[in-house]
Amino acid sequence: MGLITLPVIRRMAVCGGTHGNELTGVYLVPELERQRREKGDTLWPVPVTTVLSNPRAVKECKRYVNKDLNRCFTSAILSSPVTDTTPYEVQRAQELNSMLGPKGTADATDIICDLHNTTANMGLTVISYSHTNWVIMHIYKYLQEKITKVPVRLILLNIPICDAYSLESVAKHGISLEVGPQPHGVVRADIFNVMKEGVNVVLDWIQHFNSGKVIEGAEVDVFMFEKSVDYPRDTETQNPLAVIHPQLQDQDFCLLQRGDPLFLTFSGETVGYDEEEPLHPFFINEAAYYEKGIAFHLARKKTLVIPNIQAKND
Amino acid sequence: MQTGLLYNAVQTSGHLGWGTVAMSSPCNAACFPRVRRVAIFGGTHGNEMSGITLVNMWMKNGAEVQRNGVLTKPFITNPGAVEKCTRYIDTDLNRAFTPENLSTPSGDGLPYEVQRAKEINQLFGPKGSPDAYDVIFDLHNTTSNMGSTLILESSTDHFNLQMVHYIKKAAAPESCAVLLNEHPQLRYATTRSVSTHPVGLEVGPQPQGVLRSNIFESMRMIVKHALDFIELFNSGVEFPTCTVEAFRVHESVDYPRDTNGNITAMVHPRLQDCDWEPLNPGDPMFQTFDGWSIPYAGDGPVYPAFINEAAYYEKQQAFVATRRETLAAAAIRKASE
Repeated sequence: MGLITLPVIRRMAVCGGTHGNELTGVYLVPELERQRREKGDTLWPVPVTTVLSNPRAVKECKRYVNKDLNRCFTSAILSSPVTDTTPYEVQRAQELNSMLGPKGTADATDIICDLHNTTANMGLTVISYSHTNWVIMHIYKYLQEKITKVPVRLILLNIPICDAYSLESVAKHGISLEVGPQPHGVVRADIFNVMKEGVNVVLDWIQHFNSGKVIEGAEVDVFMFEKSVDYPRDTETQNPLAVIHPQLQDQDFCLLQRGDPLFLTFSGETVGYDEEEPLHPFFINEAAYYEKGIAFHLARKKTLVIPNIQAKND
Repeated sequence: MQTGLLYNAVQTSGHLGWGTVAMSSPCNAACFPRVRRVAIFGGTHGNEMSGITLVNMWMKNGAEVQRNGVLTKPFITNPGAVEKCTRYIDTDLNRAFTPENLSTPSGDGLPYEVQRAKEINQLFGPKGSPDAYDVIFDLHNTTSNMGSTLILESSTDHFNLQMVHYIKKAAAPESCAVLLNEHPQLRYATTRSVSTHPVGLEVGPQPQGVLRSNIFESMRMIVKHALDFIELFNSGVEFPTCTVEAFRVHESVDYPRDTNGNITAMVHPRLQDCDWEPLNPGDPMFQTFDGWSIPYAGDGPVYPAFINEAAYYEKQQAFVATRRETLAAAAIRKASE
C-alpha cells in the first residue's frame, strides 16, 4: 500500500438550507457562526465559510422556490446566461459558484460539506461523486470510526464532475452529509446532534491530515448508485397505485433478493423485487422524490482499497 | 336517578339533534336521531397523505365505506392544496370555519380557503342547522408520535363519546388516544365543525408528503370501526353508560425564541416522540443548539401531544400540554322514528 501525498487543506465551507425545509443545516449553520463569534478564528483548523445556500426557500420553509437548487450545479447551468426568466435557484447557484468555486478551477474551496436531511431511514450517509478522491474516502472512513450513534455509509454517484449537479461538486473535495429520518419542516434534537458531531469529526480529520502525519489506508465498503425505481403508476392519471411495502419501509441499505416485497398496492397485492442481482435500496420513501418519480434508489455494494495519504505543503 | 341523569345529559349536550330528542317519551338512554349522512374528509391539509389517498380510493370505489341506510360521502376538502402537496394555499382551511368567514360575501378577493370553507359549509352544513351532515370524520396526519388519535370538540356530545369509546375498544390492543379540545382560547373552527357530530382522526408519525403503509392501514381501520358503530347505532343497539379516558387540552407551549422570533432550542431528545407520556416539572423539555437542557417548569404533570409537529412551528407551538380526565358518556340509542 503505497503513500499518496496530497495538498494541505486550506479552506472549507459548510452549507445548510440548500433545501429550505431540511432544517438541521438551517439551524446548524447559524450555530457554527455563533461558535466562531464566541471563540474566534482559532476554533477550527482552517477558515470555515458558513453559508445558508437558499435563503428564500428557507424563509418559506420549502424545498425550493422555482427549481431544486441542488440540481443546478452542472457546468452547463453554471455557465448559462442569466435573463429575466432565469429561475431564482439558477442565479443563486451561479452566485454560490463564484463564492465557493469556480467549480473545476484551482481557486475552488478545498472541502464543501453540504448538510441535508431525508425522510428515509438512512442514518448518516455521505454522498459524493468520485471513488478515487482519497480525501473524501478518508473522511468517510474517519466518520465511520468516530460516529457510533447511527450507521454511517457512503454512496458514490458515477457521474463526471462537469455533469455533477449538486452543490458540493463545486469544491475540490465535496461531500453531502445526509441525515435521517427526519420529516421536512422539523428539527429533531437527536438528528441535529448527529450532524453537529459529523461536522466536528470532519474538522477533526482536517486537523489530523494537515498536521502532516501519515493517515493509514484501509478497505472500506461503499454503495455505488446503480438506478432508481419508481412507484407503479396508473397509466392515465400517473397517480401511484401502491405504497412502499411495510417490510421494505425503513430498511434502507438492506439486501434485496429476488421475490422480496417492494410495494403494496391499494388493492392489497404485493409487488416483489424481480431482478437477478441482489442490490441495496436507499432513499426509501423520501418525500421530495415523489415528484421526481422515485420510490427508492438501488446500489451495488463494493469494497474499495484506499491508500495511505499524507499532506504536503506546496 | 336514571331520569335525572337523562335530563342533565339532554340539558348540556350541545348537538343532540333539533327537536328530535324523545323528552316526552320514557327513555332510559339519551336518544339521538338515526344517522343519515356521514362525510369522510381528506386533504384538509394538502400534504397529509393518508386521508388524501383513502378518500381518493373511496371516491373511485366506495364499497368499503358503505353501510346500510347511511349515505357515506368521501370528499377532498382542499383540492388546490392537494394538487401542490402543500398544507394550504392562502390560509389554514382547518382554522377557517369561523362565523365571520362563513358569512362573508363571496368575491374574487377572498382567500382560496375562505371560499372553500363557504362551499363546504353549503354542501355539508350549514353549520349549526338541522340540515347539516350528521357526522364528519376529518382525516389528518401528524409528524408527532401520537399513534391513532381521535379529536373531539365537546365533552357533552354523548353520541361522539359513545362512538370513540366503541372505536377504542374495537381497536385494542392497538391504542387509540382521545384528545379533547374544548379550551376557550385554544379551540378552533375546524372543517368538520359544519356537522352535528365532528370527529378528527389524527394518525402519526408520518412526514408531510409521505405515505407510510402502516399509518395508512391504521387510519383505514379506525374509519371502519367508526362506520361499524354507526351501523350498529342505526340498527337500534343501545350503548350503555360508560366512561372515556381523554386528554383535555390545557395549554400551548412554544419554543424559546430570540427577539427576531427564531427558535433558540429544539424539543429535547428525552421529550421527542413521548406523546401521551407524563411530563413532570423538572423533566427535560428543550435542548438549545449549543447543547443546554431547559426543563419543564409547570406546576404539575401534563401529558404532551403534538410534540414537534412540523405545521405548528409557524403557529408558535412546540407541543400542547393536556391533562387526563375521565369523561362520562350517557347511555344512548336511536330515537324511534
